[in-house]
Amino acid sequence: MADTGIYLYAVTLDLDVPHLDVKGVANRPVRTIIQAELVAYVSEVPLDQFGEEPLRRSMEDLDWLGETARGHHRVVAAVAEHTPTAPIRLVTVYSGDDQVRRLLDQRHDDFVQVLSQIAGRVEWGVKAYVHPTEDQPTPTAREPAAPAAAGAGTAYLKRRQAGLRSREDAWRDASEQAQRIHHALTALAVASHLHRPQDPQLSGRSDWMILNGAYLVDEPRSAEFAAALDGLRGPGVDLQLTGPWAPYSFAELDAEAPP
Amino acid sequence: MEPMRPSPARPYSPAGQRQQANLGDILERVLDRGVVIAGDIRVNLLDIELLTIKLRLIIASVDTAKEMGIDWWEHDPWLTGRDRHLLDENRRLRHRLAELEDGVEPHVPIRGRVTEELPPEGYGRRG
Repeated sequence: MADTGIYLYAVTLDLDVPHLDVKGVANRPVRTIIQAELVAYVSEVPLDQFGEEPLRRSMEDLDWLGETARGHHRVVAAVAEHTPTAPIRLVTVYSGDDQVRRLLDQRHDDFVQVLSQIAGRVEWGVKAYVHPTEDQPTPTAREPAAPAAAGAGTAYLKRRQAGLRSREDAWRDASEQAQRIHHALTALAVASHLHRPQDPQLSGRSDWMILNGAYLVDEPRSAEFAAALDGLRGPGVDLQLTGPWAPYSFAELDAEAPP
Repeated sequence: MEPMRPSPARPYSPAGQRQQANLGDILERVLDRGVVIAGDIRVNLLDIELLTIKLRLIIASVDTAKEMGIDWWEHDPWLTGRDRHLLDENRRLRHRLAELEDGVEPHVPIRGRVTEELPPEGYGRRG
């Protein structure tokens, strides 16, 4: 089996082990490894794609990366539909089942702790966008008109200065708005994480993303959370709710490996 | 795009997921979040961390993004926590990597080299 590796998607408790029909990365079937009251969801993957050296290249191929990310997410979502799930970081590949078993043995307590924190809870993603050009006050609304005597160059500079200033104002307003939204949503969540606003290339939108938050919410409060979000909608800001996600943003083991 | 409405009755409906989750949302989750396992894994954690950071640099190097002042959150104190953490982590990982490559702890299984160079201008853009 030197040419295949064991790709790990997620870890759960062994209380409710679903039969999964979904295909994982590289269109591979998914199976389970059960050890120490934990379940690892894995696929056998070809090392000519998932070995160290090939990954160096393929991770930079956005098409390959996108396909692999979708495959990974498909499995995580399918498992999370059944049972509390700790999603594992993309392309975590072991050389054999024994290594995975050892992992489950060694990190048993950590996984149990993480899984108990996320049980009965879901992750919601909230992104807020503003349309800068619509809300920006026109420079003339804030700046006195250039004196008639001033030359065209001076007038241009003044306009440009005013334009820059109103842009800064717009950013500040947007930032305050994002903060308000985040605080209101945090009040309904068990935990929250602020993530870096997405680049327009990633978000596919040219608007300014002013908030990219993740909120861990008790499942019965999901409707309340969505209603609160609706209450925060207003002119000039576009709020987008995604999810529910498996708790990607809230599943963290201690960084240190066991000795 | 229509705002997403939750459906608490079937919270993980795969069909719903496919519809709702765009690739950007998925990518940032599977690359940036989720459980990171250190230890005897075949594909080394350090490599992936650095690749992830590199990928982010590729994505963030788009000119239009810069024109839009895409780095604004770096000046905004309430959003900088994670980024600062990432920078620190990156620095720590580079330091650790340098140590490892110098053979300070040769028993830790790291093979190959990780390039720390930024990609050439325009790299990664898809036309």
